[in-house]
Amino acid sequence: MKLAYWMYAGPAHIGTLRVASSFKNVHAIMHAPLGDDYFNVMRSMLERERDFTPVTASIVDRHVLARGSQEKVVDNITRKDKEERPDLIVLTPTCTSSILQEDLQNFVDRASRTSNSDVILADVNHYRVNELQAADRTLEQVVRYYLEKARKQGILNKPLTDIPSVNIIGIFTLGFHNQHDCRELKRLLQDLGIRVNEVIPEGGSVENLQNLPKAWLNIVPYREVGLMTAIYLEKEFGMPYVSTTPMGVVGTAEFIREIQTHINKWAPILLGEQVDYESYIDQQTRFVSQAAWFSRSIDCQNLTGKRAVVFGDTTHAAAMTKILTREMGVYVVCAGTYCKHDTEWFREEVQGYCDEVLITDDHTEVSDMIARIEPAAIFGSQMERHIGKRLDIPCGVISAPVHIQNFPLGYRPFLGYEGTNQIADLVYNSFTLGMEDHLLEIFGGHDTKEVITKSLSTDTDLMWDSESQLELNKIPGFVRGKIKRNTEKFARQNGMTKITVEVMYAAKEALSA
Amino acid sequence: MSSSKISNTLAFECETGNYHTFCPISCVAWLYQKIEDSFFLVVGTKTCGYFLQNALGVMIFAEPRYAMAELEEGDISAQLNDYQELRRLCVQIKKDRNPSVIVWIGTCTTEIIKMDLEGMAPKLEAEIGIPIVVARANGLDYAFTQGEDTVLAAMAHRCPEYNISNNISSINQDQAIKGLLSFLPLKANPTFTQNKRTRNHPPLVLFGSLPSSVASQLTLELNKQSIDVSGWLPSQRYTELPEVGNEVYVCGVNPFLSRTATTLMRRRKCKLIGAPFPIGPDGTRAWIEKICAVFDIKPQGLEEREKQIWNGLKDYLDLVRGKSVFFMGDNLLEISLARFLIRCGMVVYEIGIPYMDKRYQAAELALLQQTCEELGVPLPRIVEKPDNYNQVQRMRELQPDLAITGMAHANPLEARGISTKWSVEFTFAQIHGFTNARDILELVTRPLRRNLSLEELGWAGLVKKDKINL
Repeated sequence: MKLAYWMYAGPAHIGTLRVASSFKNVHAIMHAPLGDDYFNVMRSMLERERDFTPVTASIVDRHVLARGSQEKVVDNITRKDKEERPDLIVLTPTCTSSILQEDLQNFVDRASRTSNSDVILADVNHYRVNELQAADRTLEQVVRYYLEKARKQGILNKPLTDIPSVNIIGIFTLGFHNQHDCRELKRLLQDLGIRVNEVIPEGGSVENLQNLPKAWLNIVPYREVGLMTAIYLEKEFGMPYVSTTPMGVVGTAEFIREIQTHINKWAPILLGEQVDYESYIDQQTRFVSQAAWFSRSIDCQNLTGKRAVVFGDTTHAAAMTKILTREMGVYVVCAGTYCKHDTEWFREEVQGYCDEVLITDDHTEVSDMIARIEPAAIFGSQMERHIGKRLDIPCGVISAPVHIQNFPLGYRPFLGYEGTNQIADLVYNSFTLGMEDHLLEIFGGHDTKEVITKSLSTDTDLMWDSESQLELNKIPGFVRGKIKRNTEKFARQNGMTKITVEVMYAAKEALSA
Repeated sequence: MSSSKISNTLAFECETGNYHTFCPISCVAWLYQKIEDSFFLVVGTKTCGYFLQNALGVMIFAEPRYAMAELEEGDISAQLNDYQELRRLCVQIKKDRNPSVIVWIGTCTTEIIKMDLEGMAPKLEAEIGIPIVVARANGLDYAFTQGEDTVLAAMAHRCPEYNISNNISSINQDQAIKGLLSFLPLKANPTFTQNKRTRNHPPLVLFGSLPSSVASQLTLELNKQSIDVSGWLPSQRYTELPEVGNEVYVCGVNPFLSRTATTLMRRRKCKLIGAPFPIGPDGTRAWIEKICAVFDIKPQGLEEREKQIWNGLKDYLDLVRGKSVFFMGDNLLEISLARFLIRCGMVVYEIGIPYMDKRYQAAELALLQQTCEELGVPLPRIVEKPDNYNQVQRMRELQPDLAITGMAHANPLEARGISTKWSVEFTFAQIHGFTNARDILELVTRPLRRNLSLEELGWAGLVKKDKINL
């Protein structure tokens, strides 16, 4: 048992649901007790989804505990099959069903005989993997299922596309700025004359998965989700993949060069010539993206040697650490990640770019580290933002877990050349805010010579008794003044001199009348 | 589909139970704030923790007095000793926070692996010297607000036994409080002059967790009828739990407290006053009248007071009159809210509700029926354990003006042109008593007012034609 107040990565079934509901026309059925469908709330609220989240629960209740699910799961699958006609139904185990140890595979086999949809059981163990690992696995499982199905039907031998093309793997719902990143990647690829073959899972159709092998190579922008799929495709179809994250100016250039290498393996045969993206990289770096220029400008000079701490998922924390150190001259004292399952890769990535590495999923360890280091800015998740608030250190949010404000309506990619601009803004704003704060402290706050209060209380004619005083203090600060004024106004109008709890309520009622 | 009837008119239906609601462990969110010296330990998995941290948003960062005892694989397979593990965590909690009570919230997982929380608690209690209350608020058995019910039912066992002889001091205390209130303007409140008498009725304990200001509003409301409230379950602090026993009358303030009511009646031998709930001015008046009737007190000035409140609501009533509502059902407040909204002149198509205790809610159901008869509107259908999918289909037919629903359905329904109000807000807003009637309508009319301000823009339906399945 572990005493826990907060967690960075969610439980396994969340990962599975995120992948399933990202595909078009895929329905997930959770084998779960009442109330475990909280995922629907998150998707509806955070992503502001207009459509009903395609996730339902096959409820585990007392009866199920006593007699097993029996027909219930199968009935729910066939019912959903009739109601929504999905292409695929993913039966999703939860922590509860993990310990019930029902033979869910058996339900899946039975249900798939009677339903038109394909039915699979998500192969994740709640107690061994977290949200991100589960998402990675489920994506691979779905891809594998459909490619094997296509192979059996003999419709798999597709030729490579005429012009260079790629699959983008790992863009999905509730991902940190994923939608914007996807758009930015597509734009980048279009600039390079590369066609996007398939994007999975977001907006992808399972029917189209058989087209995956037509692409020249795969792109896995995020370390956490998609690698397993890319590795599977490499093994089965010899498709190369690029797993460098195009984040930051240097990272994006690296990413483009890797793509170039892979394309040039086929280009002489299929295109008749080699591709060369160097001039594009140069043009973008020096003139289109503002980040390279920014790192030379006076603004950025002031950031030199400023101490920062980075914490987040592996992809964003590693990329951010490198951007801060290598592109902006910021001194990263500690870089860390909560993805404990990917420790080695992370250490290797950030080696030489920071003093310390912290691998933990305990937020108290992170806050202790930040308190000890006292950096000028933090780049982390929402948790670090709150730690920063408490310690009065500004924080830029660079990674999940996130709040609704990290699902902006405006265009905010983190990847590609536009991403470099966004990151530069984020970094610069975090630090200047910090500077302003310090200056205010030095000068003792804003100019406060003449204090103008909005309070109309004269304090002379009215007496608040101790109870009403207490009651007033219970009212949230931002409305307290208003309620105080209204109550006093009411008391004066009614010729009362003493304010009691009763008078307060009477005032509230009178006011609404 | 089974259906049964009450008084030949109210129709009850029961669907599949495929509906969205919060897990009952969410009750820790408001209970830890209510009971100031408590610590809530939820014994469950990552799933429970994830729900709490996301559902409760920023509260998590204010050093909450609750935590997860997160079960790991070793706990599930019994490689670790439950007792030792819980002891370790509780000792740490005692060291860090020193609460007056630790409440263990049992979850689905502890049910399935049959962890004997009730058996372990007394032992550990004796060992570490802090009371440990066990409540099984799990999603296998309960929905959302019923979590509070399980906690209060467990707390009811811990209330001290009522004893007439040691009650003299508390009467003195009551008089002291009355003394504080006696300076009130007398002409404004004629009923208050009677307050100086000593209590002329048996002790009354109210149960249900309310924000302290709402609790004192209701207490004062009863004081005006010269009824003293001798205590609340839960109290502000665990150490101040009210005395209950043979002589004590109890009355609920919330519709989801049927287990607590049962426990107080059967185990603590209290007498239950079955009344409608003090939600809306009509409900508040009926609630006070019922308590008065039981104590054989003639209520004073209630009719006037109710009328005055209704007058104050006029602007909102104009907005809601004739509009239709559909309750999808997730927090058990539905019957009381529907009854109030019908009185406001709205048409209720359907009252979805997770669980319907017809005995505990009998008075409320009777008031609902009476309200419908008085206003000459048809009785709404009451759907227990609703099926959200079917409900959405019915909504497509009915096109209600307002759907009161959980957050999972709110945005999709809005995108299809159906106005929604999140039901969860009714749980967290102050909705009890005369004083807060306006707050209920404030919530109900918010989408209607929003619609008025956006009316002329012409973009109500915001999903593509081929995607409209509603």
